[in-house]
Amino acid sequence: MISPPLIYALLLLAVPLLTIILFSFWTQNFLTIDRTFTVANYAEALTDPLYRELMLRSLRIAGLVTAATVLLAFPIAYFISFHVTPEKKALWIFLITIPFWTSYLIRIFLWRVILAYDGPVNGTLLELGIIEEPLSWILYNANSVVITLAHAFAPFAILPIFVSLEKIDRSLLEAARDLGEATAMTFIRVTLPLAMPGVLAAVLIVFIPTVGDYVTPRLVGGSGGTMIANMIYVQIFDLSNRPMGATLAVLAMLTVTITLAWFILHIRFWVHLSDRVGGGVLGLALAAVAAVIDIAIVRWVFLHGPDWFGPAGSLGVLAAIMGGGAILIAWFVPKGRWGI
Amino acid sequence: MKRSPLALFAGLYLIFLYAPIILLPLFAFNDGTIIAFPLRGFTLGWFADLANTPALHEATLNSLIIACSVAVLATCLGLFAARAVTRYKFPLKGGILGFIMLPLVLPEVIVAISLLVVLMLLLPDLPIETGFQIGEYVIVLSVTPDLVLEVSNFHRTVFSFALPLPIILGHTLLCLPFSIAILQGSFQGLDQSLEEAALDLGETRAGAFRLVILPLVTPGIIASLLICFIISLDEFIIAFFLSGNEPTLPVYLWGQLRFPARLPVVMALGTILVTLSIVLLIVADIFRRRGLRRTGQSETGGFL
Repeated sequence: MISPPLIYALLLLAVPLLTIILFSFWTQNFLTIDRTFTVANYAEALTDPLYRELMLRSLRIAGLVTAATVLLAFPIAYFISFHVTPEKKALWIFLITIPFWTSYLIRIFLWRVILAYDGPVNGTLLELGIIEEPLSWILYNANSVVITLAHAFAPFAILPIFVSLEKIDRSLLEAARDLGEATAMTFIRVTLPLAMPGVLAAVLIVFIPTVGDYVTPRLVGGSGGTMIANMIYVQIFDLSNRPMGATLAVLAMLTVTITLAWFILHIRFWVHLSDRVGGGVLGLALAAVAAVIDIAIVRWVFLHGPDWFGPAGSLGVLAAIMGGGAILIAWFVPKGRWGI
Repeated sequence: MKRSPLALFAGLYLIFLYAPIILLPLFAFNDGTIIAFPLRGFTLGWFADLANTPALHEATLNSLIIACSVAVLATCLGLFAARAVTRYKFPLKGGILGFIMLPLVLPEVIVAISLLVVLMLLLPDLPIETGFQIGEYVIVLSVTPDLVLEVSNFHRTVFSFALPLPIILGHTLLCLPFSIAILQGSFQGLDQSLEEAALDLGETRAGAFRLVILPLVTPGIIASLLICFIISLDEFIIAFFLSGNEPTLPVYLWGQLRFPARLPVVMALGTILVTLSIVLLIVADIFRRRGLRRTGQSETGGFL
C-alpha cells in the first residue's frame, strides 16, 4: 500500500537530491556542463569570504527567527492549553493557522508596507510621541527579515508546543503544588521540562526552512538581509553557474544538519551541567556561560580560522572541535530528561 | 476565560498574526496609487482593472489547472500512504513515512533547484512523443516537459491541451505530507471490524473499501483536496524555478511587485486570493471535523 507514494517520493525527492550532489562536483563552461569530477566548486565556496559571510548570516538570521518565534509562541501555546476552555481550543488553533494558509507572497509584501518609513508602525509610534522621527532600522535589513519570518512561521512553532503541553498530565502539576512548590517553580521544574520535546520540534521545524528562505530576504531584506538562497538563485539564473548553485545548496543543507546536530548534543551537555549543580538560578547561569563559550569558540574558528590555519586547516580544526565535542558528549553525558 | 496578562498577550499576538491580512483590503479599496497611510477614499477601480488584464487571466487559468491536478494527485497518493500507515505493519514504517514527510521541513529552494537540475539533465532527451491515429484524427501525447495532448486531422489542430508537468509534480511532493496528515486523521479512528464484517458478508476487498471505508473517509478526502488546492495555488518558489514562459498566479504577482504603479492592483488581487483561501479553509475544516465525527473521534484542532 505504501509503494505508490514511496516510489513517488523516491523519484521526485531522493533522485533530485542525489542529482544536485552529483551536479555540485561538475563545472559549467558557458552553456555546456563539464562532467569531469572536481571539488573546485567546494574549494571556491568554502574559501570565498562572501559565501562564508552569507552562510553565517543565514544561520544567524534563522537562529534569531527561531528564538523569537519560539519565545513568542510558547506563551500562546501555554495560554491555549491551560487557560482556554476545552471547547474553544480548536477554534483558537484554527484562528492561529488561518494566516499561514493565505498567500505567502502577499503576506511578506505587506510587511514591507507595515514596516515602511511612512507605514503604520512608524505612524502609530510618531502619533503616540514614543519616537521623534520614523525608525529606519526596521526595514531593508536583517531585522525586518527576522520580524517577517517570525510572523510567517508562527503556527509551525505554536502547534508542536501546544501538542506537548496538552500531553502533560495535569495531576503532576497538582502534586507539585500539594507538595508546597510555588506556581512559578512548578512551571520551571515540571511544566517546562515536560514541554521541551515540543519546543525542540518547534526549533527544528522553524530553523531548517528559514535558513533557505528566498522571498523574505528578497522583498524586505535590502542588501544587508541577503541570505544564502538568494545567492543560490543568482548563481543559477543570473550567472548561469548551476553547479555552483548546486554546491551552495548542498553546503547549506550540510551546514544546517551539522549546526542542528551540534546544537542538540550541546543542549544535552548544558542541561547536564545545570543538573549537576542542582538546577535553579545557579544551574541556569552555568549552562548559559557554557553555551556562550561553546558558541564563541565555533564562531571564532569559522571566522578567523583561515588566517591562522589556512582555509583547509581551518575546516579541519572546526571538524575536530565539533566532531570531537559531539563524540565526547554522546559518550560521557547521559541522555537527559528532555529526551535528547 | 479570565482576564490575565497572558490573555492580553494572546490578543496582541493575534493582532500581530492578522496585521497583514487586515491591511490588505484597506489598500485594495483605497483610492490612491501609493500603498501608504493616510487612506484616500473608497474605490472599486483596482478590482475593475483586474478584469482587463489578459496576462493575469492566463496566469490564473494556469494556476487553477495546476492546483486541481495537484489536489487530485496528492490526495490519491495520500490515500495510499494514510491507509498503509494506519492499517498495516511493515518494516521501516517510521523511516519511510519520515522520508515522505521530509518536504515539510526541507527548504523549498532546495527542493526547487534539485527538481530544476533533474529537469535540465532530462531536457536534451525531450520531447518524448507518442501518438496514434483514429480515423482521420492524429492524437499526439508529448512531454516537452509540459504534458501536451494534441489532436489534429490532416489539415489543422482540432484540440490542444498543455499541462505544466514539472510544477505539478513539484507541488504534489510538497502537498503530500499535508494530505497524509489529514487523511491519517480520518483513517485513524476507523473501526477495522466494519471492514472485516463486509468481507465476511461476501464483499471483495475492493468492494469493502468502496462501500464501507470510502464513505467514512470522504470528508477527509475533500478536506485534503481543498488544502492541497490552497497550497498549490499559493506556492511560489517551485513555480518560480520551474515555470517556463507560462507563469502561475504567484509568479505573475511577483513580477508585478516590481512596478509601483501596479501595486494597488496587486493588493486587489491579493484580497481576492486571501478571501478565497480563507473560505476554502473554513469549508475544508468543516469537512475535516465531520470526518472525525463520522469515525467517532474527538476534536483535536488544526491541520498541521
